[in-house]
Amino acid sequence: MAATDLLPGPRATPATPFQASLKDAAIVALVAMALAGPIVGLQTVDRGGMLTVDARFTEVAVGIIIVFFGRLGLALSDRGLRIPAYGIAAALAAAGFLLPWPADLLGILAIAAGAALVIRGLAGHYGAHRQARAALATESDEEKADRLRRLFTRGLGFLLLAAAFLLPMMPFANSYILDTAIRVLTYMMLAWGLNIVIGLAGLLDLGYVAFYAVGAYTYALLSKDHGFGFWGALPISGLLAASFGVLLGFPVLRLRGDYLAIVTLGFGEIIRIVLLNWTNFSGGPNGIGSIPRLTFFGHPFVRNAPEGVVPFHQLFGIDFSPLHRSIFFFYLILVLALVVNVFTIRIRRLPVGRAWEALREDEIACRALGINPTNTKLTAFAIGAMFAGFAGSFFATTQSFVSPESFTFLESAMILAIVVLGGMGSQLGVALAAILVIGLTEAFRGLAEYRMLVFGLGMVLIMIWRPRGLLSHRDPTILINGRKGARP
Amino acid sequence: MTRPLLTVEHLTMRFGGLTAINDVSFNAQAGHITAVIGPNGAGKTTVFNCLTGFYKPTVGRLTLTRPGGDQSFLLERLDDFRITKTAGVARTFQNIRLFTGMSVLENLMVAQHNKLMRASGYSLLGLVGWPGFRKAEAEAVEKARFWLNRTGLIARADEPAGSLPYGDQRRLEIARAMCTDPALLCLDEPAAGLNPRESAELNALLLMIRNDYGVGLLLIEHDMSVVMEISDHIVVLDYGRKIAEGNPAQIKSNPDVIRAYLGEDDEVEGAVA
Repeated sequence: MAATDLLPGPRATPATPFQASLKDAAIVALVAMALAGPIVGLQTVDRGGMLTVDARFTEVAVGIIIVFFGRLGLALSDRGLRIPAYGIAAALAAAGFLLPWPADLLGILAIAAGAALVIRGLAGHYGAHRQARAALATESDEEKADRLRRLFTRGLGFLLLAAAFLLPMMPFANSYILDTAIRVLTYMMLAWGLNIVIGLAGLLDLGYVAFYAVGAYTYALLSKDHGFGFWGALPISGLLAASFGVLLGFPVLRLRGDYLAIVTLGFGEIIRIVLLNWTNFSGGPNGIGSIPRLTFFGHPFVRNAPEGVVPFHQLFGIDFSPLHRSIFFFYLILVLALVVNVFTIRIRRLPVGRAWEALREDEIACRALGINPTNTKLTAFAIGAMFAGFAGSFFATTQSFVSPESFTFLESAMILAIVVLGGMGSQLGVALAAILVIGLTEAFRGLAEYRMLVFGLGMVLIMIWRPRGLLSHRDPTILINGRKGARP
Repeated sequence: MTRPLLTVEHLTMRFGGLTAINDVSFNAQAGHITAVIGPNGAGKTTVFNCLTGFYKPTVGRLTLTRPGGDQSFLLERLDDFRITKTAGVARTFQNIRLFTGMSVLENLMVAQHNKLMRASGYSLLGLVGWPGFRKAEAEAVEKARFWLNRTGLIARADEPAGSLPYGDQRRLEIARAMCTDPALLCLDEPAAGLNPRESAELNALLLMIRNDYGVGLLLIEHDMSVVMEISDHIVVLDYGRKIAEGNPAQIKSNPDVIRAYLGEDDEVEGAVA
């Protein structure tokens, strides 16, 4: 790094970049040894009721070697020696695939380290390129970049939308793909809803899943015990979730930041624990099963319908396929999610949307401008909760089973992660993040328990490279001088 | 005689054992610039915070009467946001508080929130693009454009407010306060950190607001070139007490004021006036 180069070295001759890198890597390997020695090296084993400690020397040694070479590659790459860094990356990755490792995880780590080195190297190239460009940037370049960015986001948005519309018609669309896509869209809708609360109004809500649960249980109970259909129960679920939002919001919205986060976290747990323990009402841990599945406006998706009911495939005169139901659910959640998206885009341009963003920026200034902070925050909270309620209804009808297990804190954290990764307030960024987060955890299902490790690693990497989320650019909601370049 | 725009009677503010303001009374007239001056820690900003509802005074009555209307508002009984919304008191802050991530224009639109909120049918009509709301929004943009022209910020209206230079941010904060249609505008050290040219521009802007809009201005300021040049009336605080009140000429020659600013030294007395 530049800072270390500037420091006066103890020796008369300054260290070459290679020597400095070597020293750097050795130090990091020492640290790794100190950490891995007790954590990885010692394993407790239960031998016939006796707890004994085994030492695992090979694993520790191999781990330290990976750390040494990984850091060496990183240090070389940072000092401009990119070619040897790529060499180390290739060697690491090849070793990860070819060598017999004492534990599978170590092989995966070696491959991941190689991949990270390559990405880091490329990012370095790109950064240098951008810096060189920025030094020469002129007004017109800035405009061009602005236009390009707008074109890119718009194009990407249309591309995603088109892909979503066409997905069920693709030949590879089996029920697994469709179910995953439905999960992605459900999380996208939840994240867009939470984006109103966190991204626009700046209220850190860690108990968002509680409103999702309220919507799901409302639909489950209404349809099972009172014979409501999906379309009748949907608005009630939304309204009920919104009123829970107001109920929670009234006492807690005078709290700020961390305090609000803790209270909402508690609220989420309260709802879950009440559902878990109030057996008469919610079925307790057994949940509520055999919830009526959604029909196509009265035509169920079944092979043999009861007397007097026309099933979906007969209505259209096509052969029965279990995919029809998934396709219908897919389009339904697509429409619901798009409703949330369009609503958010529109409300951002209304006075209330601007007041949300202003509250996020500076609450005291808002008060001095005559904005009622409590009402403004409550609307954000209630609207966000309402969308979670809609999503909950949808969830209950697709699964036809709800239990408190589906509404743990992990779900809230997942939705929050999507919002933060996407870039707070950015609709397209949140959509991308939902695809990434849900898609990736699905893609790495083969890794079993290491899945979450990969997920966490991905989060850390994205937060290093894009600390403000994937797409963090904010366009003003209203312009007076028109687009850039039209200045008077 | 018409009632003054603002009447402050026996205002006292205690924080535990500390008395920040002790029995201060003064008036501010519509169409006048009233300056509140005093050494550091005299309680000037506390007076502002009481007026704008950020503090609830321990003792005292703050009455605001909008010119032309016979309705009076007791500010000490209103919530802070209602003081701006219904009584028409706007303020700026000593350390500028803009919505830095939002554009300059958006800052001025947020200031017209209550009017636009009503026009948008509390968002319901606005969501469907009601023509009445569009018209109200266009009017709000026109008002913003007017103030942007007056403050010379129109060229940078679509840029984030945080990217403006310091002096521009100060003027934007004043423009934003004016967009709330205030009867009384409270400015907390508007000239702080401005160079002499910017300071002169600020004087012109404040005089324009006073003359063209009949708005009463209440000003906290350390820069005596600003205070003495544009104030119609000056209130001097020291250690939470009012020690003098009068027009600039009277204040300049007031022995108590000189003592408060320069310390107890009889020889200096004649030299300052």
